Amino acid sequence: MQAKKRYILVFVSCAFLAYCYFGGYRLKGSPKPAVRSPHALPTFLPLAGERSHAEHPPSAPSPNASAIGPLNSGGRDKSKSCRMETCFDYTKCFDQFLVYVYPLEPLNSLGAAPPISSNYQKILTAIRESRYYTADPSKACLFVLGIDTLDRDSLSEDYVRNVPSRLSRLPYWNNGRNHIIFNLYSGTWPDYNEHSLGFDPGEAILAKASMSHQQIRPGFDVSIPLFHKQFPLRAGNTGFVQSNNFPTNKKYLLAFKGKRYVHGIGSETRNSLFHLHNARDLVLVTTCRHGKSWRDLQDARCDEDNREYDRYDYETLLQNSTFCLVPRGRRLGSFRFLEALQAGCIPVLLSNAWVLPFESKIDWKQAAIWADERLLLQVPEIVRSISVSRILALRQQTQILWERYFGSIEKIVFTTFEIIRERLPDYPLRNSLIWNSSPGALLTLPTFSDSSRFMPFLLDRLDYSPRSNYTAVIYVQIGAPMTPNVALYKLVKTISKSQFVDRILVLWAADRPIPSKKRWPSTNHIPLHIMTSPLMNDERPSISQRFYPYDEIQTDAILSLDEDATLNTDELDFAYSVWRNFPDRIVGYPARAHFWDDSKNAWGYTSKWTNYYSIVLTGAAFYHRYYNYLYTHWLSLLLLKTVQQSSNCEDILMNLLVSHVTRKPPIKVTQRKGYKDREGGRSPWNDPDHFIQRQSCLNTFAAVFGYMPLLRSNVRLDPVLYKDPVSNLRKKYRQIELVGS
Amino acid sequence: MTAPGKPSAIKPSLKSRSEKHLNLLTYVLISVVIFGGVSFLWDFFGKSAGQDENFREKISLSLANIPQITLEEDAELARGRNPNCTFWDCLNVYRCGQREQDRITIYVYPIKEFADPEGNQAFTLTREYHEILQTIVDSPYYTPNPNEACIFVPSIDTLNQDLFDTNLVSKALASLNYWENGENHLIFNMIPGAHPNYNRVLDVNTDKALIAGGGFDSWTYRPSFDIALPVWSPALRDLKLSKEKSARKYLLISPQLNLYHPEHIRRLKDKTASQTSILVLDLCPAPTLSPNDKFFEEKDIRCSYPHGDEFEYPKVLERGTFCLIGRSVRLGQPHFLEALAFGCIPVVMIDNYVLPFEDIIDWSLASIRVREADAHSLLDRLHGVSETKIEELRKQGSWLYNKYFNSMETITLTTLELLNDRVFPHLAKNSLEWNVKETPHAAQNPLFLPFIAPKSQGFTAVILTYDRIESLFTLIQKLSAVPSLQKILVIWNNQKKPPPHPSMFPKISKPLKVIQTRANKLSNRFYPYDEIETEAILTIDDDIVMLTADELDFGYEVWREFPDRIVGFPSRTHVWDNSTNRWRYESEWTNQISMVLTGAAFHHKFWSYMYTNAMPGDIKDWVDDHMNCEDIAMNFLVANITNKPPIKVAPRKKFKCPECINTEMLSADANHMMERTACINRFAQIYGVMPLKSVEFRADPVLYKDNIPEKLKRFNDVGSLR
Repeated sequence: MQAKKRYILVFVSCAFLAYCYFGGYRLKGSPKPAVRSPHALPTFLPLAGERSHAEHPPSAPSPNASAIGPLNSGGRDKSKSCRMETCFDYTKCFDQFLVYVYPLEPLNSLGAAPPISSNYQKILTAIRESRYYTADPSKACLFVLGIDTLDRDSLSEDYVRNVPSRLSRLPYWNNGRNHIIFNLYSGTWPDYNEHSLGFDPGEAILAKASMSHQQIRPGFDVSIPLFHKQFPLRAGNTGFVQSNNFPTNKKYLLAFKGKRYVHGIGSETRNSLFHLHNARDLVLVTTCRHGKSWRDLQDARCDEDNREYDRYDYETLLQNSTFCLVPRGRRLGSFRFLEALQAGCIPVLLSNAWVLPFESKIDWKQAAIWADERLLLQVPEIVRSISVSRILALRQQTQILWERYFGSIEKIVFTTFEIIRERLPDYPLRNSLIWNSSPGALLTLPTFSDSSRFMPFLLDRLDYSPRSNYTAVIYVQIGAPMTPNVALYKLVKTISKSQFVDRILVLWAADRPIPSKKRWPSTNHIPLHIMTSPLMNDERPSISQRFYPYDEIQTDAILSLDEDATLNTDELDFAYSVWRNFPDRIVGYPARAHFWDDSKNAWGYTSKWTNYYSIVLTGAAFYHRYYNYLYTHWLSLLLLKTVQQSSNCEDILMNLLVSHVTRKPPIKVTQRKGYKDREGGRSPWNDPDHFIQRQSCLNTFAAVFGYMPLLRSNVRLDPVLYKDPVSNLRKKYRQIELVGS
Repeated sequence: MTAPGKPSAIKPSLKSRSEKHLNLLTYVLISVVIFGGVSFLWDFFGKSAGQDENFREKISLSLANIPQITLEEDAELARGRNPNCTFWDCLNVYRCGQREQDRITIYVYPIKEFADPEGNQAFTLTREYHEILQTIVDSPYYTPNPNEACIFVPSIDTLNQDLFDTNLVSKALASLNYWENGENHLIFNMIPGAHPNYNRVLDVNTDKALIAGGGFDSWTYRPSFDIALPVWSPALRDLKLSKEKSARKYLLISPQLNLYHPEHIRRLKDKTASQTSILVLDLCPAPTLSPNDKFFEEKDIRCSYPHGDEFEYPKVLERGTFCLIGRSVRLGQPHFLEALAFGCIPVVMIDNYVLPFEDIIDWSLASIRVREADAHSLLDRLHGVSETKIEELRKQGSWLYNKYFNSMETITLTTLELLNDRVFPHLAKNSLEWNVKETPHAAQNPLFLPFIAPKSQGFTAVILTYDRIESLFTLIQKLSAVPSLQKILVIWNNQKKPPPHPSMFPKISKPLKVIQTRANKLSNRFYPYDEIETEAILTIDDDIVMLTADELDFGYEVWREFPDRIVGFPSRTHVWDNSTNRWRYESEWTNQISMVLTGAAFHHKFWSYMYTNAMPGDIKDWVDDHMNCEDIAMNFLVANITNKPPIKVAPRKKFKCPECINTEMLSADANHMMERTACINRFAQIYGVMPLKSVEFRADPVLYKDNIPEKLKRFNDVGSLR
């Protein structure tokens, strides 16, 4: 029937198809040759024995290859290809890293004072008042010019003339070797040439803003941020981010407000921003109004742009936007970058080939987003693709970087110096983790230890915990008559009963002679070292010696004690167990507070019982050994001098230091407030002057730090069952229960 | 259905329907046959006509039938390498990311042989280069379509300059179909330069091509553009490292036979005379075995200076703490990877050598760099490295090796990933992600900004409730008296009964919002509702009505100081039970706490987001199915991410209504404890570790229990236990 035929037809064609598919390839002919296996291919690198022959053994090196410098540098200027090994003299940089600042030039023949901008003045001040500074050029590793080189735009009012001849008069110039030149602006209209400084920097290191990948000498020059004229010398404003809201829920996603140039170099990017502007979540407004003759240069869009521009306030945008566009201006860098960073507005970079500030050390991927000027229209898509949790991380990182490296001119200069210092052969490198996390490289002295394990920071990140046990350091200043019942002996006895003590150090700073070994209480195999002030040679020893990083201290934890401290063993053990949870903070008993005294317009210091505290005195407190090192080797000499002269306030200074590093308050444990044996009588603490002095110390310190680092806490930490009406037998720290306030 | 009265009418219609089906089937079959036939013929003739323009299939890297291309004497050379290239002016980004993909696409040219008219081959295809090509083709980056490609990889083997003819390769490159001045072409090279100049980059005219090269110095390397490769060592192929720690007898091994500075070699050799902790490897004076011996071919034997002890290379490196990688005529040497592989810390003494993947890898975590000028103090420096640091460097080194360098495939993939990161920088991994190993206990706290949360914001109370309206209203009343409360969110988890009418709710001065959930799930209490505008969330059960305003206010103060932790009132702990070899949940009043229950606790809104979106394993579903342990799950989550314990606030320990203690509750209690114990064990198993941490402290107001007038205390209604 019909159907049968149809089926036959179908089956026949199926069979034909199947034949074609499975057998059809034979029709194509040519049989394949045996397939070679990729494993049988030769290796690209023969065995070492042959290799060394192939490379011509070193007995006959070619002269050209022996040069450490660049090959085929040809006609290029040698200084254009500077590296530390070729253009820097290390010989003066071995033991320490000192910086010499040339004196400002004497008045010239016409009697005019050499011009110097306020920013350059601040840079020089920061250096002169720092621990890098030396007045002796023969000891200096690095030289800083007294000539203002910040603004090298010849049309600018700060432009300094005759720099080449001034340079040639410098006694140690030596074609710029070991010199550092700070610069914010180079080149001028119309091409804004990046390397046109108006003088030849020779072999000097450039610390320069707006550097490009083409021009920077890798591992030699340092890219610094552009900062404006009112930038603070030190401390300065903190970041604007005051809360960690999640999700960020800002009004705008991306914002920019600034001028555009209409014509000329770098103008295309800003001229096309209006394409992205939607007045809802993307606000990118520009104006042509700047300079005297903007009307002559304006284009068709200017009027419309100007109208839109006036609708938005820059500060408001900054505060209310998640991302801030940082497009290039005439030069690659712009003020926007630091402004956005401070505001916690995540920078979206639109400046191709710009080397970001301190890029060799700072991982900007954790704090900024890159876009490409060539792909401008993709910017909205890019910022929309960033996840909420990544925004949270980026925003926090902007604040950390701002706070640690960019908040003031002092920080920018010191960061520059530390980057150069890490290139010196004797100075250990800090790794990227240290550079890119709080408290940052400026507060992490790599000479303390080569591993973060011995530092109070990053322990969580690296899965470390502080090493066990502590060293008790008792500072003896008064030296009460050494009766067998004296508080000091009791203290030593109490400490020796603690299960975590490693050794006891007694720093004897009293005039009274040290009692003989026999009279000290037995310490049950716990080593007891009695030391007298070993370091100071000329003057009377400073009270700061109690924080000297003695070699005898081998534990991470230090228990710092005054000689007349009265604590029981449970209190020591409990405080230590708390400290292990907060190794970066001061954990202890005597709490004090600071407050702003409006009537005196100054900081006040109080030992009254308040609902909060901001200081835990080191008369009975645990802290990390690293802070001793920081106190001795990092603090400004001005601060240490204040302490030495007053023979007081060292404990306050330590609190300021630790709070400055951690940005957290100290921790008070349990109820105890009085920690002194009051029977001793002749204590400087009873002296009213002593108290006034501490108040004035606090104000001096805050002035030198540039801000008040202390932070307040409303919380004290007690044992879990503290004063609970349960059987004492259930409690671990029973002695603490007996101590009132 | 058809009515039963008319059966006859059904039959014909049935028949015609089945016939229709058959017809339809036939048409389908025929059309399949026709389509099949056409497509086959298309395929057959298309292929036999020699058209390559079918870009849908992977190219074959088979070594059979490699076409031969003859390069004429006067063939055009590619233009010389452009030394000023940067990513922004030599790479054509418009080629990348075309298909809405956030990934580069890579085209690989088919393998061809190039020769000059005399038959001299332009290059030898090596196994390693074949591996590179194979890796690319098998990778997700690969595209067979050159029109869609972002990056082009020639199948011209340029790995070792000793094995190719620079002139012919330059011609071969220029002859490539899509060369276009080398734009977006990626050239792999590990051994550049030749006698006598030994250039740091291959002497081939590569124009604008990207170079992934071994042995760059900082003058030839174009930052942001080129990629620094390691020099792979064939000796590391199929390497099996012994697991046990080998005793590292030598402080320093100098493995190179080709050190460049004669004075460095002399100094090292002099030192070996006095110090046994230095091993300088040298060629063996005469082959100890005849060259025909199989053993000789398989093993590389080197001899120590001056005694001539034989060592098997590179295995000997596992006996050294540090390995000196010094300058030889070419900067990149296979010894670097060999040292890394065998846990011997590389000491790089080559000024301005660009280390492998230097852009992304922080080598200060895994190696030591010494200036050539400081060679004299090398040993002093090494002696100064602490044991801890040595351990860290070695660990990091072997981790880096296994992650980025352990085969040609891995090296290739790392190169591609790095390139991908450059093209899509907004998706790029940061240095932490590249360099820090994730370990179970290493925490990257997502709330890492050290600050005290702002007081002004206040907190949002989230009350999970089902039907206890009376106690809910009491709780709302009490909460509204807490000064730092910003808003109350009632999560109505009852689907059977609607929440009470808004007018029934107590009148309070703070905003109150009721959210009706769609399913009765415990995880609803941790959903990051848009209505929560504060950082801090107080999760509270509808029956926790005993907390005072002072306690809650103080709790919020504590949370402000520890915003990354769970801060709350009911605490529990976990203990290891030796008898059952399992964890046990403990609600007794102990000296330690490791959990704070979310029946009354503050946490950052971020943790709600994490609970909802990033809870490991099936914990979230499990909790919802079992209607229990959501609080334990939250404690595990936060402790695991931050590596920090929660904080218990104030002494209060009893939270259930005191009047309802009876025997019935007690038996329920025992059952409850068993379930909770099971949760802890289950979660610990899912995490692979026990993330909870115990602490011995709680947080009290500064003046708690102090004997001063109550009115001076900011929080005085704190301290009762029940």
